[in-house]
Amino acid sequence: MNIDLLVGILNIVLISTTPLVFAGIGELVTEKSGVLNLGLEGLMLVGAVTGFITLVLTGNYFYSLFFSIISGVILSGIFAFLVLNLMTNQIATGLALTIFGIGLSAMLGKKFSGTPIEGLNPYYFIVISFLLVFMVSYFLSKTKSGLIVRAVGENHNSAYSLGYNVIKTRYMTIIFGGVMSSLAGFYISICYAPMWQEGMTAGRGWIALALVVFATWKPWRLLVGAYIFGGVAIMQMNLQAIGVKLPGQFFNMMPYLATIIVLVFISSNKLRLKLSAPASLNITFEKNQ
Amino acid sequence: MQTIVEFQNICKEYPGVVANNNVSFKIIKQSIHAILGENGAGKSTLVKILYGHVKPDKGQIIINTDLATINSPNMAQSLGINMVFQHFSLFESLTVAENLILGMSEKISLSKLNLKSETICNKYGFNLNLNSPISSLSVGQRQSVEIVRSLLNNPKILIMDEPTSVLTPEEINKLFKIIKKLVADGLTVIFISHKLEEIINISDHVTIMRNGKVVSNLNTKNEDPESLGYKMLGYKVSITKQTNNVNYLENVLSLNNLSSYSQDPFTTNLNKINFNLKKGQIFGIAGVAGNGQKELMEILLNENDFEFKGDIIFKNININKLSTFQRKSLSISYVTEQRLGHSAVPEMSLSENILLSMSHKSDFKKGDFINFDKINSYANDVIKNFNVDTPSFNVKAGKLSGGNLQKFIIGREIMSNPELLILSQPTWGIDAGSEAFIKKSLIELSQRGVSIIIISHDLDELLEVCHNISVLYEGSLSKSLNVENIDITKLGKYMGGLFD
Repeated sequence: MNIDLLVGILNIVLISTTPLVFAGIGELVTEKSGVLNLGLEGLMLVGAVTGFITLVLTGNYFYSLFFSIISGVILSGIFAFLVLNLMTNQIATGLALTIFGIGLSAMLGKKFSGTPIEGLNPYYFIVISFLLVFMVSYFLSKTKSGLIVRAVGENHNSAYSLGYNVIKTRYMTIIFGGVMSSLAGFYISICYAPMWQEGMTAGRGWIALALVVFATWKPWRLLVGAYIFGGVAIMQMNLQAIGVKLPGQFFNMMPYLATIIVLVFISSNKLRLKLSAPASLNITFEKNQ
Repeated sequence: MQTIVEFQNICKEYPGVVANNNVSFKIIKQSIHAILGENGAGKSTLVKILYGHVKPDKGQIIINTDLATINSPNMAQSLGINMVFQHFSLFESLTVAENLILGMSEKISLSKLNLKSETICNKYGFNLNLNSPISSLSVGQRQSVEIVRSLLNNPKILIMDEPTSVLTPEEINKLFKIIKKLVADGLTVIFISHKLEEIINISDHVTIMRNGKVVSNLNTKNEDPESLGYKMLGYKVSITKQTNNVNYLENVLSLNNLSSYSQDPFTTNLNKINFNLKKGQIFGIAGVAGNGQKELMEILLNENDFEFKGDIIFKNININKLSTFQRKSLSISYVTEQRLGHSAVPEMSLSENILLSMSHKSDFKKGDFINFDKINSYANDVIKNFNVDTPSFNVKAGKLSGGNLQKFIIGREIMSNPELLILSQPTWGIDAGSEAFIKKSLIELSQRGVSIIIISHDLDELLEVCHNISVLYEGSLSKSLNVENIDITKLGKYMGGLFD
């Protein structure tokens, strides 16, 4: 294998993995506060289509990014209202958000499917994704606000007893997660592809979710995990280049297979899972009146 | 004699229960004010209202001379009110330092925190390692963390909700000294308890609550435990005490070198536990929560394949490998700690709950069909014989009060004629009447030749009912002490880990 090929592969892995880092780090913060948001896929798709349409209509990358992020704030805000104020089931609400996002993005993007645009340089976002992981890691381990997020996710009743606003903290983390997901979507449709196609996130939202568990809720492990997952996805092209004769569908399923294997491996060690998982994850908080 | 807190006509109603009914009384500054009452009398609700945790339906609170609106724990803290919770409000996976920081309203650097907490620790004699995770601390240490965390906020009023329920007698003495020192330094302490002697020992004034109402306000020094007990309950409870010696010689159960080796830091490993239980003997296992009681019960019950080494011999049969079901078939019965959700399914009727633990009894089934007539009549017998207050066996288990449900559960097990009955916290959190009834039933049962193991944190209960008591401390079992001539200070030492 020559050097050029290796650099090429690394380049592709870097470019293709970044959305996993964005969506994963957002979800990590949400889950640290004790909320499971299964709506990543939907948030990413709506973020992707909003950014794309805005770019086509205005030609302005800044507006495109701005509206993409706004879509994330609105959708995750609705999710937060449902699970925090109306106390709906987090899993069902998250799944509904994904289904809603898939449908909404398909409907909005119908007219724009196949419209050519000039893509944005992905490298800025790659750098930002690394910085984000650093910042989230610093925030969670070194700041008081980060400590409050962890405390809320660890035991929301105790946090409430100590005078912390559980609902407000979770609103913030859910919206942060939503913004990160829409940013991942924006990156896919504006930098990575760059184009719009129905369902173009192709299950990355789900992989990002698995990634958080894989990383046992630790930011730096999440970064490493994202590149392992991204690498598996890219392996298909290179194996084909080497001349391994297997159907393309086989390679397409690889990331999911890897996810399942990793999940089985991780959860086989119950102790590790118990020590690292936020104890209040997916438990509805009810103020006792 | 300045008033610092005044409750005026506090009312709070939950569906089906009036938790506080026109509660009014005053608390004097720099005093220890006890609130006494049975479980469910409304003490916790009242202090939660003061702490802003629960919103009252009616009434007001005066702090010093001002009307206070306390809608959240935050507002309470800004008024100088802090609370030490009965079930600690600590974060298990975080360190002591992180827990302390979370308790403080102001931002603080780690070095300053170190200094501040050290000053408090030295002054009052706490011993904390700021870097240990909470999960590695004993219950007494956890309470110290809670108290230090409250003190860091320089409170004027400190509420302590049943602070002694999880402590050894020695730790209680230490806590009382600390409380007295805090009051001497200007603090007002509101002390909630249902233990009469403690209240006599520690408090200056006492407010007694029953069924949500204040029944009396007293100066503690004019009272004794009997008079307080009578006022708390509204009637006299006759106490039956275990007197009979064990009349039988045959061994029913032996544990030989029982040890466990879990890697899970949230469990306590058992260390070579040995004891023999004779026919008709009641054996009590005392100790502060979290010293291996849960694990011992797991092994005796075997619901979760909890791994262990050593042997459990029941009437000459090694039952190590037998499932819960098989053990029950050998006439061992169990009453677990958690009433709702483990001993009984709240959403199911009392009759259906009979079947929950009696499925090994063949006469409740015809083939695969359930014989409801038999089950209903069994449930009826339990209800009658054990004074369970319920209109019928069709009532859902979750609708019964704690005491009634516990009588039903224990009755269910006793009526299956076990040879060995193993109970965990049999009278935890129930009314005094039911408690007395259950103790009496257990003593009678032992006199009929049934062996009983009681795992309990409540030393008084064990002293009344048991023939012998051993103490569990960090997974090791002390030697067994005969209750008849027991030395309480020795027992206290055992509870603190000082075995002979």
